Amino acid sequence: MSVDQTAFRAALMDPEAPVPAGLVDAEGAPAGKRFDVYRNNVAVSLTEALEVAFPVVRRLVGDAFFKGMAGVFLRRYPPTSPILALYGADFPRFLRGFKPAASLGYLPDVARLEQAIRESFHAADTAPADPARLQALAPEALMGARLTLAPSLRVIRSPWPVHGIWRFNTEAGAPQPPGEAQDVLVTRTDYDPRPHLLAPGGADFVEALQSGTSFGAALGKARTVARDFDLTATLGLLIGGEAITDIHTDEAPDDPPSATA
Amino acid sequence: MPDAAHRSDFALPIAAGVGYKPRHFSEIMADPGSVGFLEIHAENYMGEGGRMVAQLGHLAERLPISLHGVGLSIGGEGRLDRGHLARLARLNDWLRPAAFSEHLAWSTHAGAYLNDLLPLPYTNATLQRVADHIDEVQEALGRRMMLENPSAYLVFAESTWAEPDFLREIARRTGCALLLDVNNVFVSATNLDFTPQGYIDAFPLDLVREIHLGGHAEDVDEHGRPLLIDDHGHRVAGAVWALFDYTIARAGPRPTLIEWDADVPEWPVLESEAARAARSLREAVT
Repeated sequence: MSVDQTAFRAALMDPEAPVPAGLVDAEGAPAGKRFDVYRNNVAVSLTEALEVAFPVVRRLVGDAFFKGMAGVFLRRYPPTSPILALYGADFPRFLRGFKPAASLGYLPDVARLEQAIRESFHAADTAPADPARLQALAPEALMGARLTLAPSLRVIRSPWPVHGIWRFNTEAGAPQPPGEAQDVLVTRTDYDPRPHLLAPGGADFVEALQSGTSFGAALGKARTVARDFDLTATLGLLIGGEAITDIHTDEAPDDPPSATA
Repeated sequence: MPDAAHRSDFALPIAAGVGYKPRHFSEIMADPGSVGFLEIHAENYMGEGGRMVAQLGHLAERLPISLHGVGLSIGGEGRLDRGHLARLARLNDWLRPAAFSEHLAWSTHAGAYLNDLLPLPYTNATLQRVADHIDEVQEALGRRMMLENPSAYLVFAESTWAEPDFLREIARRTGCALLLDVNNVFVSATNLDFTPQGYIDAFPLDLVREIHLGGHAEDVDEHGRPLLIDDHGHRVAGAVWALFDYTIARAGPRPTLIEWDADVPEWPVLESEAARAARSLREAVT
């Protein structure tokens, strides 16, 4: 009559499975609907966690479809941690293989963007470096400099117009998404992550900086991808997004030149 | 653990508190009204940073915090998740809450977190396992904890212990205190057909360092018998207020928390529930 947690869980996650014998009501009758309370709690609470996490995916597929999809996902990929704020890291991968949604090819990338925004929201706090430090560097020093980027920064590359799709589904009056690939930079200011459209080559530039490549080499990389890479625009996003937290130059830094020098 | 060294393990004021929701941040910071402490779910504040952690830091300067874990799976058959326990210890060290509590329940199995407080049979074997897990938690946190009684919807035929005795014995073996959820008592009593006052009479009230109150939903089972669901989505029911008054008439006033986690109301509604609890606490003193 003993019910171990393996049997309990198996029945919990399978609404068609019989309730384990040994779980009873006050009169000793099989627990029946009383067991369903737990089934319901698990499925509903995890579905709600996914609804909060992926509002744009939900909007794109509709409430009923999302609930059904979440029910499949939460059984195949139950949380592996009690920290539900990041539950759903496997959702994009799941969506890539979820046949009923196969006609919406961009769905997994929209989910990746939404997950990136959540990760950014919970990432460690950092203070931005003073942008004047970058401007003060001589060209050679700038090219050799390595930047530390904020842990709240994320880059999402996509063959789909994910930034446009995200905006169209979150902002009143946003334009129709264009029919082109878009890479997205997520930065966080005042605790609020925001996705920004990256110019061609921008993802290469930022990812190179993230991996510790020098400014000059990162720029070179971006220019091999996009000959007319817009450095000013990308750097503007990083600075405006408070995403550069430190600037390292190879030589021991002298006193920074004063503004009047 | 020697008592004297851990006097601050249970430092909540004898006052009414509420479960904290981020949407109420500004109102609480402006004027907490009848609310004398806040409770937070530990797992919601384990991020590396961001607004939620920052706001918690501000709140903790303003009000005592009760740290309430929902994910340790103390009743689990497997080992405790050491990584999770370490995260909890870090949060405890940073926040220095007035108290820490967890549930007599399990939620993790073979690496999967099921996000519900699942029931366990009350046997000698499960008692020892829970006691061992509580020893490990108290060791990791360097403080004593409170263990909370669950809401029950069903019974394990194999159980040999009554719940109040089971909790009393766990507390005796581990030195932990108890968190008495009066709504859970009412829900369980209705669902399992016992008198809630009898449960309170049997409960080791001297070990209670915090009381929980919350709302429940009403349903019926397939036999037409009442089935109450502990959903924390309503005002505290009249019968639960009466059971609360019955409890503190015997136990004396204790730190008392209003839990409202689903369909969270506007701040004045939640504050009014705390005010109602505070009134009972004042009357229990006299």
